[in-house]
Amino acid sequence: MTISFGNPDRPNSYIGKTVPRPNAPRLVQGRGKYVDDIVLPRMAHVVFVRSPHAHAQIGAIDTAEASGVKGVLRIFTGAEIAAVCTPWVAVLAHLKGLKSPPQHAVAVDRTCWVGEPVAAVVATSRAAAEEAAALVEVDYTPLPAVTDMMTALDADTPVLHPEMGDNLAFRRLHEEGDVEAAFARAHKVVEAHFKTARHTGVTLEPRSILVDWNPAEGQMTAWHATQAPHMMQTVFAKHLDLPEGRVRVICDDVGGSYGIKVHVYPDEVATAAIAKIMARPVKFVADRLESFTTDIHARDHEIGARLAVDADGKILAFDIDDWTAIGAYSVYPRTSAIEGNQVVNLCGGPYDFANYRAQTSVVFQNKTPTCQYRAVGHPIAVAVTEGLVDMAAAAIGMDPVEIRRRNLYADDAYPVTSPAKMRFEGLSHHASLNKLLELMNYDALRAEQAALREKGIHRGIGIASFIELTNPSPFMYGIGGARISAQDGCTVRMDPDGSIVALSGVTEQGQGTEAMLAQIVAEGVGVPPARVRVITGDTQVTPYGGGTWASRGAGIGGEAALQSALALKASILEVAGAMLQSPADALDIRDGQVVDSATGEARMPLEELGRIVYFRGDTLPKGLPRELVQTRHFITSDYPFAFTNGVQASYLEVDTGTGEVKLLKHWCVEDCGRIINPQLVDEQIRGGIVQGLGGALYEEIHYDADGQLLNGSMADYLVPMAAEMPDMIVGHVETPTMESALGAKGAGEAGTAGAPAAVMNAINDALRPMGAQVTAMPFTPERILRAMGQIED
Amino acid sequence: MTEAFRDRIDIALTVNGEQVEARVPAGRHLVDFLRLDLGLTGAHAGCEHGVCGACTIQVDGQAVRGCLMLAAQADGAEVWTLEGLTEQGVIRDLQDAFVARNALQCGYCTPGMLASIKELLDMGGVPDRATIREHLSGNYCRCTGYEAIIDAVETVAQARAGKGAA
Repeated sequence: MTISFGNPDRPNSYIGKTVPRPNAPRLVQGRGKYVDDIVLPRMAHVVFVRSPHAHAQIGAIDTAEASGVKGVLRIFTGAEIAAVCTPWVAVLAHLKGLKSPPQHAVAVDRTCWVGEPVAAVVATSRAAAEEAAALVEVDYTPLPAVTDMMTALDADTPVLHPEMGDNLAFRRLHEEGDVEAAFARAHKVVEAHFKTARHTGVTLEPRSILVDWNPAEGQMTAWHATQAPHMMQTVFAKHLDLPEGRVRVICDDVGGSYGIKVHVYPDEVATAAIAKIMARPVKFVADRLESFTTDIHARDHEIGARLAVDADGKILAFDIDDWTAIGAYSVYPRTSAIEGNQVVNLCGGPYDFANYRAQTSVVFQNKTPTCQYRAVGHPIAVAVTEGLVDMAAAAIGMDPVEIRRRNLYADDAYPVTSPAKMRFEGLSHHASLNKLLELMNYDALRAEQAALREKGIHRGIGIASFIELTNPSPFMYGIGGARISAQDGCTVRMDPDGSIVALSGVTEQGQGTEAMLAQIVAEGVGVPPARVRVITGDTQVTPYGGGTWASRGAGIGGEAALQSALALKASILEVAGAMLQSPADALDIRDGQVVDSATGEARMPLEELGRIVYFRGDTLPKGLPRELVQTRHFITSDYPFAFTNGVQASYLEVDTGTGEVKLLKHWCVEDCGRIINPQLVDEQIRGGIVQGLGGALYEEIHYDADGQLLNGSMADYLVPMAAEMPDMIVGHVETPTMESALGAKGAGEAGTAGAPAAVMNAINDALRPMGAQVTAMPFTPERILRAMGQIED
Repeated sequence: MTEAFRDRIDIALTVNGEQVEARVPAGRHLVDFLRLDLGLTGAHAGCEHGVCGACTIQVDGQAVRGCLMLAAQADGAEVWTLEGLTEQGVIRDLQDAFVARNALQCGYCTPGMLASIKELLDMGGVPDRATIREHLSGNYCRCTGYEAIIDAVETVAQARAGKGAA
């Protein structure tokens, strides 16, 4: 059974339409259920004593005074937690050479970053636990802290984990073609040093978990703000020595994730360990300072890069030297080598060229661990690539659009394998660029820019083409040994009243997963979306799946939903055929009715079929299959990843007196394959763009040389606010993947991938007549004024 | 915690139109009082130092940060949370516009956002986009990129102005 997507007038044509999100009315009425909203009988609260040192030996822990605080139930040291909770090591076999030492849920003997849990205080109220935590006396002996990325491997830098031998966690060099020869024969070579700042996700709902251990049932239940409930089920089971089948992870409403909530956090595992020890529900909700010091950080790369072009502007070679510092441990279980690895995979991604060298060096240091955050590696690779391409265009006097036209993979070149050995099934760089130029009226904008420049107003136009990795196969994590599911499943059933229930392994964090699944199932079965109830986020209920990461919900979870819905439709029609004495293939389901497929004539409502199947099964032929429930799982197998593509443009004004950047407008054209819900895709793009704009202009975690985090509050770590953000024009080209009937690829990270590069190029476009250039994000007024030579001290 | 903060204070106020009497610790924030003592979980604690706006509620007609006000300070006040505003139907058009325009994703900022927007819309008139953006610059949203929220507010302001004229 297939769907004729080309025909917009087909019956039940919900895929491709804007359908409201079924969970949105609940959230606008204050009826959300986030972890902190849940209260259980006998619930206790845990607060963690956290290291004030970047690196220190832990001596005696004196809990006498803290224990006396009214309401305190118990205080745990690292050793006491370690007695019930095994440590983990975050490496993956396919990332050759990646190393990281065992990490405990609560530090034992030594602490390695400011914010690492050192002890846990459990009390009957959060306030009492906080009060007592402040009274726990820990005898620390400070150790030298490793805090500088570029000197982490120097001989005179202390080795953070002596048993690891050195501070190098991972290094990968990829070479293709003859890079040196290409640079030797180049017409022009451009070179720059790029920096992307340390970011964190700033989810408005802090990390939250409530765990109950019921020894009478032998069952652990965790209500967890997570993107990957099944993965967490495995983690809790493995490290707390429980059968996996006796751990249930429930994920109700989650207040923002962006990759932050897909990782294993020491304090969350410790909360589960404490629940198991105390045999009662224990809640942990991070406060905002804890969010800044313990949510994963990301980016924090320095990249030396050069690009060789010939006289026609054709790209001859890229040469990339990427460095990143990940903190004291690789983060479990996805590891912290992925972002650097992605930089190697993605640089030069949109372009057809032959010679490529890229190396990433991933080092340890005494800061908060870094790991995967929205668009992992993409903003870095796109900024480096697109920054160099604009510099090359300027060096040979070519328009930034023209140099891209000459180098982007032709739209009919696919399938193709890039110099980084990425395989592209089908992309649309030129069609997307053309659409972008049309949307932004590029020529008129250039004319306006030139006219304003005459008046001393410095505006810039920046363009950034990009590729985005979505729909990952087991090549991302599974082949490295991690129990992270790349497949996903969906069970669809029809109940007696003809309503449809869909249970899916992908999860909802607000991106619209449940709406997307409802409309796919509605179309697949043949009912209105309002008749479909979607259930996600419960490991005891839904089929096993990977959850939400790497923009996989629509492409993987959506296809499983479509196939299970089509299978249910076939089951319903088989029963209907027997009841109506008609061949099943002469019948269809439309708008909740069994109809004659040729004429559309209504034959029977689904509720009548449900009544017969569930209550008068005696009237059906003996042996007729009557399971009105079907499950299908889907995994990609032709390509390791479904790449998407797109292009963004930024129009902005630089105040050359203050160095301030005013964003005037932003455009994005992207190709995520089949669009299931245009509004949800557009809003994913917009939200992603704004996170990228934050990285370009505002966001930077600051540490001092001793490893103290300096800006751990929302007032000091700046994120985009409504007043500074531009309106965004979003357009699409649709190149469905042939891997699935649905044809959907991901859209969640495209905005974040391209926005920083577009802004950087626009700023540099504005500054170029003044001979200034910026390449270190965020582009603060100070950095812009320094680039212009207006601040020199 | 000093002894002073252990002192308990008797308060009487109205919350969502219902009379409430309670004995609260002097250090209890209003948002914690609403969430923990009254079970009104619509308002969310996001940063607990007045920056993010997720805890914004309405106190005596004004949008107020629930994390910067003590419950004890609300003695005698008239407090409305999203639950009560919803029951009264006073922002039904705004809520509908949020759903129609997908002006929310994870929903965590939404209750505070709606309280701030209500304050703006109650001022009357049709604010331009820059004014709406400026008014909401104390409410963080990490999901939407703000544009859909601005669209929804603009739509409601225009609709209300149109109705008023008709």
